[in-house]
Amino acid sequence: MSSILLRFKKISLGYLFVMPALIMLCLFYIYPFLKVLQLSFYQWDGISPNMIFVGIDNFRDIVFANPPWWQSLWHAAYITILALVFQNGLALILALIVDRGIKYGNIYRVIFFLPPVLSGIVVGLIWNWIFNGNYGLLNHWLTTIGLGHLSRSWLADPKTALNAVAVIHMWKGFGWGFIILLAGLQNIPRTLYEAARIDGADNWSIFKHVTVPLMIPVFALVMVLTVLGTMQIYDIVVSTTGGGPGYHTEVPVSRILARMLYSSQFGYACAMGLVFGAILVILSLVQMKTSRAMTHT
Amino acid sequence: MADRADVFDVLAVEYKKQAAVNVRFEIPSVVEQANGAKKSFKVRIKFELYAPTPAYTSKIIAAAQANKLPDIYGVLMEMKDFASLIKAGHVMDLTPYMEENNGEWKSTFYKSGLDMNTFHEGNQYGVKPGIYGVPIDLNNIQFIYNLSLLKKAGWDTSKIPSTWDEFIALGKMLKKAGIPGLVSGWGEPWMIHCLADNFAWNIMGREKVLATINGKIPYTDPSWKQVFTLFMQMRDAGLLSSGIVTMVNKEAEQTFANERAAIAFNGSWCVNVYGSMNPDLHYVVALPPRVNLENPMYIWGGATSLVVNSRSQMKEEAVNLLKWLTQDKQQCYLSKETHNIPSTNASAGILTGPITQFVGGMDNTVHPRLFPIEEFPLVTEAFDKGIQSIIIGEATPSEVAERVQQIKLEETKKAKRFKAIRDKEAK
Amino acid sequence: MLGSHAVLILVSITCVFPLLWMFSSSFKTQQTIFKNMSLWPGVFHWENYITAWTRGGFGIYFLNSVFYTVTVVSGLILIASLAAYAFSRQKFKGQNIMYSVFLAAMMIPIPGAFIALYILLVKLGLVNTRLGYILPQINIGLSLAIYILKTFFDEIPKEVEEAAMVDGCSTLGIWWHVAMPLAKPAIAVIIIFNALAVWNEYILAMIILQDKAKMPLQRGLMIFQGAHFTEYSLLMAGITISVIPIIVMYLFMQKYIIEGITAGAVKG
Repeated sequence: MSSILLRFKKISLGYLFVMPALIMLCLFYIYPFLKVLQLSFYQWDGISPNMIFVGIDNFRDIVFANPPWWQSLWHAAYITILALVFQNGLALILALIVDRGIKYGNIYRVIFFLPPVLSGIVVGLIWNWIFNGNYGLLNHWLTTIGLGHLSRSWLADPKTALNAVAVIHMWKGFGWGFIILLAGLQNIPRTLYEAARIDGADNWSIFKHVTVPLMIPVFALVMVLTVLGTMQIYDIVVSTTGGGPGYHTEVPVSRILARMLYSSQFGYACAMGLVFGAILVILSLVQMKTSRAMTHT
Repeated sequence: MADRADVFDVLAVEYKKQAAVNVRFEIPSVVEQANGAKKSFKVRIKFELYAPTPAYTSKIIAAAQANKLPDIYGVLMEMKDFASLIKAGHVMDLTPYMEENNGEWKSTFYKSGLDMNTFHEGNQYGVKPGIYGVPIDLNNIQFIYNLSLLKKAGWDTSKIPSTWDEFIALGKMLKKAGIPGLVSGWGEPWMIHCLADNFAWNIMGREKVLATINGKIPYTDPSWKQVFTLFMQMRDAGLLSSGIVTMVNKEAEQTFANERAAIAFNGSWCVNVYGSMNPDLHYVVALPPRVNLENPMYIWGGATSLVVNSRSQMKEEAVNLLKWLTQDKQQCYLSKETHNIPSTNASAGILTGPITQFVGGMDNTVHPRLFPIEEFPLVTEAFDKGIQSIIIGEATPSEVAERVQQIKLEETKKAKRFKAIRDKEAK
Repeated sequence: MLGSHAVLILVSITCVFPLLWMFSSSFKTQQTIFKNMSLWPGVFHWENYITAWTRGGFGIYFLNSVFYTVTVVSGLILIASLAAYAFSRQKFKGQNIMYSVFLAAMMIPIPGAFIALYILLVKLGLVNTRLGYILPQINIGLSLAIYILKTFFDEIPKEVEEAAMVDGCSTLGIWWHVAMPLAKPAIAVIIIFNALAVWNEYILAMIILQDKAKMPLQRGLMIFQGAHFTEYSLLMAGITISVIPIIVMYLFMQKYIIEGITAGAVKG
């Protein structure tokens, strides 16, 4: 008897604990989501009381007749790949160094967090200055070390614009990865390292056999966050290139907002948002499944 | 917007003393939010500033949907969105107030400012003809030349380029002297479109431009190809500053103000900006150079306007506030403090300083908003981005013309289809 | 070792440089800020800070921002940790589906939601209220917080839980006395993430709030940015002021990430 009561209590307690979060989610996410879903089947300018039902027309157009959209997706994916490799690679290296206990480690921990703290305005102003073609710092330094022939307008040159944007994004983002990776590393008991060292393992071995397996969930988290965050890149693009030159630095969010606010195609923009969301879900699921598989090996 | 917030605060105090009415209003980039206090009738003018523009537009859209617009607000939208707002019942028809007493209020305004807020008989948006907004200041966009830098390049500064050939010649001299040429916010596509549009009107005239938007003339017509080619020529002559295709207008402004470029293509608001950054800047304002010497050159002229929320509880008071704002005394004060062109005729006479150079251009102004028809946004986007591609050497004028025309055909088909659906539903 | 130092220093320079530029610009004037590109202002216009504070109305905006940040983050941690604990340590029907929905919410952004959100707030009578500004922001950080916390709670060995239960601890007690302390690093990370997000938020503030008295700090910064005219040096001063509390908060929080190891001797 009492075990059934206990089980009942346990189950309903579960619901109770989850209730506040569920209510929030339903109100502030599910309801707007359903509204956006509904709007994606209409053609609407955001203002007039008249909406035209167009069924899956918007979706069909997005998939088959909207090359700039897929271009923008590729741009975001490209920056994401760069971020996964270089941004997180750098974050990991720095976290490992600081975790090992280096002098002034506390100061470094604060310094690396400064880029994420800076507002988009300052980031835009500074990097516009650095990359400027006429009086920019980068060109200035290149000339000083004798590489002046490489000078160019980094943000306006179609060959370098996207990479320049990627650099700014990675610079601004590595601090997050650093914090999370450091937290994960610090959570590994030192005793494990000592034991491994007593067994005669070298640094690389320790990394491979002790650190990595324990860090897989943290790696997974950082990767998922990187993908989600980078695919949604927007502020940096807007304050440096505006999506140009031409379509060279267009990204999904800038395309969606352009449709919503400049072309007054609200319903279409909602459809774009959903397609984007679906792609992100698929990407994240793939990542999570992969990390789960790796944890089990 | 610092350049107007302070000013409006002062005006608010003045108005409070005179009128004792509570009105809230919003101006784009200078945003004042007023919630009319229905019980008490004390004027509480609250000014609130909202930037950047897309965020402000979002706010207006959301508020409109929930019927929570303030008593007075500013509209920073295309004509067709303005029309939508009106048809959805968010904008009050001000024609009766404008026309009363033999059009007393109406006659105080400079025509182009009023036109920006007027829908005419037979307009394509299906809006009841009338005047729906009140302009409070005007602006136009022209070329600005830094006289000191021009002189340094060896140009005779007593003559400013007024034809295309002269302009190209100047470019070559600047290139030789190693001085960056034109800066403008061409990272924001509308500014490219502005100049292209100016050239288009000059080359082919009003009728042909409108015929193109109507779909009767393709963008592959030689006249349009010539417009595209102009940008290629500017690039080759060294007239364009490096990085112009991704430049935000603010960056262009501070570059020109700090004498790092010789020419700017900017609006009359720049007087304020340049003045604050470099009071010693020695410059002259001029129309863009004419390509077709038989046609006049046109420039874009706009206005900042306010509308009254037709669902407001304080409509009468709101209209009174707008009337007061557009009286000479207030217009003069506004113009002096903000270096913007006033929207009323009489006030233009009191202007001093560089802004007067812009005023002269007001007679040559046009604006797409005033066209009887609007181009499809996606066509405009392809047009503007196409010019960016030409400037960076990725596309030829012909290629861009064809691409723009292709999108034009697609959008026309889509519009026909939606119209058919709409007509069917209306039955 | 030397290589490590070199890397650290190089990266640090790039991180600190923009901050230094911003700081030095705040002492310049509108006329000199872009003319004199060096890091040394030359003349120090200390009054910029006073002007920025008064004209930006920083006094009240500052307090508002602190209030919003504290309430959103506390509310978030409370709601998320309860839910994460339930998902992790409890068994109830439909929990996997619910958890997946939260994860999906994290992955599917919905631009255009602001209209529906605004209408919803109007219907609830929450427009232009502090609560109406706080609740949506809690929701924004909810899914990620639940995900991170659940991952941490999953690591708690059953024995610890059972020991506490034997000691007569209720489920709520276990949550508070056992689970939460063990998740300190996670909580610290969540605090940092979300405090920064709330502190820098301005779009929702623009759309939802109308009274100046309720506006957050970012609102004050907007005074210096018009559609055409930006007062750069005042803006830099304003941004510098707004950046200090966040850095201070971070200084506090990052200690917990490190201390987590001593507080939670779970695996060792």
